Amino acid sequence: MQHIEIDRVSLVYDTPAGQVAGVQEASFGMAESEFLCIVGPSGCGKSTLLNIIAGFLAPTSGEIRIGGRAVTGHGLDRGIVFQDFAQLFPWRTALENVAFGLEMKGVPKAEREEIALHQLRLVKLEKFARSYPHHLSGGMQQRTAIARALAYNPAVLLMDEPFAALDAMTRDEMQRLLADVWRETRKTVIYVTHNVAEAVYLADRVVVMTPHPGSVKTVLPIPLSRPRDPLSVEFLEHQKQLMRELADQAVKA
Amino acid sequence: MNDDVPHAASLGRVSAHRPRALWDGARWRAAARTAFPFLVVGGIWETLAHMAIFPRRLFPPLEEVASSLASLTAAGIMPHHAVETVARLLAGFVLAAVLGVVIGIAMGRSRRAEDIFLPLVSIGAPIPGLAYAPLFLLWFGLGDVSAVLLVAFVSAFPIIVNSWTGVKAVKDIWIRSAQAMGADERRLFRLVILPGALPYVLTGLRLGLAQAWRILVAVEMLAAVPWGLGWLIFGAREFMNTDVMLAGIAVIGGVGLILENLVFKRIEEYTVVRWGMMTS
Amino acid sequence: MNASAGRSRSWRRAALTLLVAGALYEALARSGYFAAALLPTVTAVGQTLWAMLIDGTMLRHAAYTLYRVMFGLGLAIAVGLPLGILMGRVPAAEQFFMPLVSVLMPIPSLAWVPVFILWFGIGNVTTILIVFYAATFPMLLNAWSGVRSVNPLWMRAAGAMGANGRSLFWKVIIPGASPFIVTGFRQAFLRSWIAVVGAEMIAASAWGLGWVIFDAKEFLNTDIMLASLAVIGCIGFAFERIVFGSLERATVLRWGMVRAAKG
Repeated sequence: MQHIEIDRVSLVYDTPAGQVAGVQEASFGMAESEFLCIVGPSGCGKSTLLNIIAGFLAPTSGEIRIGGRAVTGHGLDRGIVFQDFAQLFPWRTALENVAFGLEMKGVPKAEREEIALHQLRLVKLEKFARSYPHHLSGGMQQRTAIARALAYNPAVLLMDEPFAALDAMTRDEMQRLLADVWRETRKTVIYVTHNVAEAVYLADRVVVMTPHPGSVKTVLPIPLSRPRDPLSVEFLEHQKQLMRELADQAVKA
Repeated sequence: MNDDVPHAASLGRVSAHRPRALWDGARWRAAARTAFPFLVVGGIWETLAHMAIFPRRLFPPLEEVASSLASLTAAGIMPHHAVETVARLLAGFVLAAVLGVVIGIAMGRSRRAEDIFLPLVSIGAPIPGLAYAPLFLLWFGLGDVSAVLLVAFVSAFPIIVNSWTGVKAVKDIWIRSAQAMGADERRLFRLVILPGALPYVLTGLRLGLAQAWRILVAVEMLAAVPWGLGWLIFGAREFMNTDVMLAGIAVIGGVGLILENLVFKRIEEYTVVRWGMMTS
Repeated sequence: MNASAGRSRSWRRAALTLLVAGALYEALARSGYFAAALLPTVTAVGQTLWAMLIDGTMLRHAAYTLYRVMFGLGLAIAVGLPLGILMGRVPAAEQFFMPLVSVLMPIPSLAWVPVFILWFGIGNVTTILIVFYAATFPMLLNAWSGVRSVNPLWMRAAGAMGANGRSLFWKVIIPGASPFIVTGFRQAFLRSWIAVVGAEMIAASAWGLGWVIFDAKEFLNTDIMLASLAVIGCIGFAFERIVFGSLERATVLRWGMVRAAKG
């Protein structure tokens, strides 16, 4: 039994044109501390699937199990980082934002501030703990969001294209930072992206999804050792392989 | 890391933190620029008044207005009227604020509440508040009760509408993030919805206060109450005391400015401006 | 539940609320706890309204009020719109007028009624001037904000395509500021409407919706009061939806610019 199991999850929408499957019979498993990327073109249902795992959407059929237990609805066992950096609460400082989940858990103030500060140190933002989000750049806000999702120690971290709205250079730095944070914390991560190079850089395995209807086509392992060199031959080989899998769909669809 | 540079927008606010000399050259210039238009208008007024084109009673020179203001204040009359007016204003406004925010938020959170209240609000709002005045006077008689109730009724509308809009404007992504971190309904409301809706609620309160002010002065003029700034101005008509009128108007303007700057600006600066949710 | 089902449910709920409110009022009116003069039944109000419409008095009152509103509003737009635009374009103008505006704006327009009565007497002139005072500020401020909000990108693009001062003004700045300008019209109208009723109560001589409400108080004619209130509400509502709604639809909505203007 794997740590996380996505078992034939489907979501069917009612539209005026009839029933449309947003996600159809998606199945895969994950081991603990694994970094999994979900990659696919628009409309393949990857964000929908992530939202189902997070508990914001209920699947029409199928089940999601974490540690053997089925999960429904949202909960503290799953941390989530969205793409929009407006996800931070503007009325709380960075520290207070990061401490939010701990506050919900009932952790006393002094302790949760200490934990929150530690998390901010992990993402190299401890100097801005008392700043409000609107004083931080986009990249800094996303780092804070990551710290916030990690602070209360969820079983799995879900990330929905968190760096897509950042410029290329910031994105590269954020990917390096995320890789470092993951190495230190050994969190289980499910990361949705449409950026192939990003997936090859970060993931242990990559789930390739196809649209119409959204389903899992295949799961590719990326057995490269870390830290990874995006310019190395092996890296580019994997990137090519992944792109071939994706291009295959474009023609069929 | 190169994105350690804080957001450009915050750099513009650096001046707020830079220590200033109490009155340096820049502040003198700014004060002079602000005073200039008043000097021009005041000069024109004085010239016209002294040229005696209009009867002196009707168009008093500024020094007469100032001396009226001074003597009324010294005699305690002006302060008495001002205090009465402000007291009614606060009573009515606080009532409207409490009811308005509660109803507005209920409308934003519950579809049912919205369905019930929205038609009532949409119909009541476009009717000018003062139109209800004779009705209220008839039902509740002359006096403070009528005035306060009318003020509360009329100023509640913008507060309700803005609070309602504010709750609906709370970003979905904040709610989802908070829920993902385990917030229950109650804590979601207190820690996310209320602060998230605050910019709108404050705007609503501000509009409500302006409405309250307008209606109160008018009601006082309808001779519904024995003391008050509106009553003072209206009464001065009998003896053509334009200087008293203008003095009264000046006090009204002054109180309005104080409320705006001392109360609202402060609240805004401390909350929504500090959080970057509204520019100052 | 899809959108249209939700909407029709809202309509039904709205109708239900109004019916319930009306029924409650009717029950109170008929209960005999209050004198019929203070709380007339809905039918009594309806009859009065009908009578006043038939014999033309209500229409005449409404006409007087509308005349004063239009005149005052027209003046406010004629003064506020150009002045606001000027303030937005010329920093010296902004520096001169802004302090004056900030000081005058918080003073309720009705505070000036007694002064105006002394200067211009009771009647149309005073009423129209009060409306003018009330409506100018929202018009001016919105025009000013609108001009300042014109995206510099549009100005640069137009300049690069050879637009000179005049065409830049009429073809870029004015359309660019239009969401705010339309909001300005709307708010100016609302303020005029509010001001005219108040001014008529205090300063009108014989006709007008505000005057008739005030006058009715003397004779405890609550039915006339409520009938007039209903008329005021309807006209205000109709103007809001029809006049300003279509203005919005023809311009800013069609161009997808509404987001900029928050009425």
